[in-house]
Amino acid sequence: MTTPRSTDAPAGVPLIARGPDWLIIAGFVSVAAVYIRAFLFTPPEATQGPAQRILYLHAPSAFVALYVAFALMALTSALYLWLKDEKLDRVAESAAEVGLVFTTVVLVTGPLWGKPIWGAWWTWDARLTLTLFLWFIIVGYLVLRGAIDERGMRARYSAVLALLAGFLIPFIHLSVYLFRTMHPMPIVLKPSAPSMPPVMLVTFASAFLAFTLLFAGLLRARYRMATLRDLIADRENTL
Amino acid sequence: MGDLAGPLAVPPGMLSASWLIARKDLAIEFRTRTAFLSALVFALLAATIFFFAWDATAVAAADLAPGVLWVIFTFSGLLGLQRSFGVEQADRAIDALLVAPVDREAIYLGKAIANLVFVAGVEAITIPAVTLLYNLPFGRSTLALAAIALLAAIGLVAVGTLFAAMAVNTRLAELLLPMLSLPFFIPIVMAAAGSSAKLLAGRPLAEAWPWLRILVAFDVVFVVACTLAFPLTLEE
Repeated sequence: MTTPRSTDAPAGVPLIARGPDWLIIAGFVSVAAVYIRAFLFTPPEATQGPAQRILYLHAPSAFVALYVAFALMALTSALYLWLKDEKLDRVAESAAEVGLVFTTVVLVTGPLWGKPIWGAWWTWDARLTLTLFLWFIIVGYLVLRGAIDERGMRARYSAVLALLAGFLIPFIHLSVYLFRTMHPMPIVLKPSAPSMPPVMLVTFASAFLAFTLLFAGLLRARYRMATLRDLIADRENTL
Repeated sequence: MGDLAGPLAVPPGMLSASWLIARKDLAIEFRTRTAFLSALVFALLAATIFFFAWDATAVAAADLAPGVLWVIFTFSGLLGLQRSFGVEQADRAIDALLVAPVDREAIYLGKAIANLVFVAGVEAITIPAVTLLYNLPFGRSTLALAAIALLAAIGLVAVGTLFAAMAVNTRLAELLLPMLSLPFFIPIVMAAAGSSAKLLAGRPLAEAWPWLRILVAFDVVFVVACTLAFPLTLEE
């Protein structure tokens, strides 16, 4: 090993940013702000009591995990197979890993609400089952990535898996809905007007924004890490 | 196998190439019989173990049978799929396949056909055995069961063959195959078990139809998607 050279990175390679990551800080601050509002300034729900407040954590996490992280992972994977741009693979990788965290939050907070309200930690309800299977798919995706050393092959294999997983979701959705569902139906994102008092609706909507912001911050940090890792691997190959 | 070794003036077409590759795999399997016998013995052993895993006085054997069958088929299928690309690892035989003047898709289809014969062979022996052991009605429902089993096997093999090709090149090798495949087998197992439970209970076909529709759609989508995706998983 020769002495590592300091700043000879090729132009356009994003080196790590100095100083704090303001996007992550903004994400955490806004999530905290939503919680202060949810606990101190939003009245409890009439029948469910304090348990309902978990909605402000559960629903935005589910939204981010299913509609943002997983969709981003499948989309960038499909684009990678087309364009073969390593950046897309790194976005897919980062979305999968951050998405796994949010899916885990959904799977942990759901039972916490389910026990007092449904009387059971877990039911094999359609939405719960779908989320659980999604969690397994993301875990499989990350294990596959970990089991391949060669970068191009890792990108191609994982992109194929993510793309097929995108095809799989409708099938799992259809089959789990053939079993009866008891999950609360969407309260806000439905065709008719939202059936939620305005004070709760504001808390709920800001929770979605806060979690999306947090996701963006974590995704960017994870993406930078992946870029640096690949950069180091390139250096080690050239040394 | 003279016609396999003989010179081919014209490269074979897609379907005949697939058939040649399937025949090669089946010939290897027929001469060794290791994977088929182990999958078959596994299936029969599992059928007997499952019987004792439930309280026979509380759950009727006929209620148990569909679930047992699909769990057995899934796992014994995995045994066959692992072997599919494992046999190409020795002496890098896969390289010979890759330089052969055939479409990459034909390699996938050939492998998938051989795997389908393998899984269907295990099913052909396991279904009558479970019908006997679990006292299921013989006749029309057995035929229906066989038809569902074939539909399920197509989807299982389509996804499993692709993932087997991928898993064999990873550090975890065969350990990875179940982790990747099982989530994709979920709709197949649910649909196959759901529809065969209806038919074994003597319900009309119309009640099983929603499940069968999912099964057929799955087969179509994943046979096409996996055939097209396979060349992407080969070394360039």
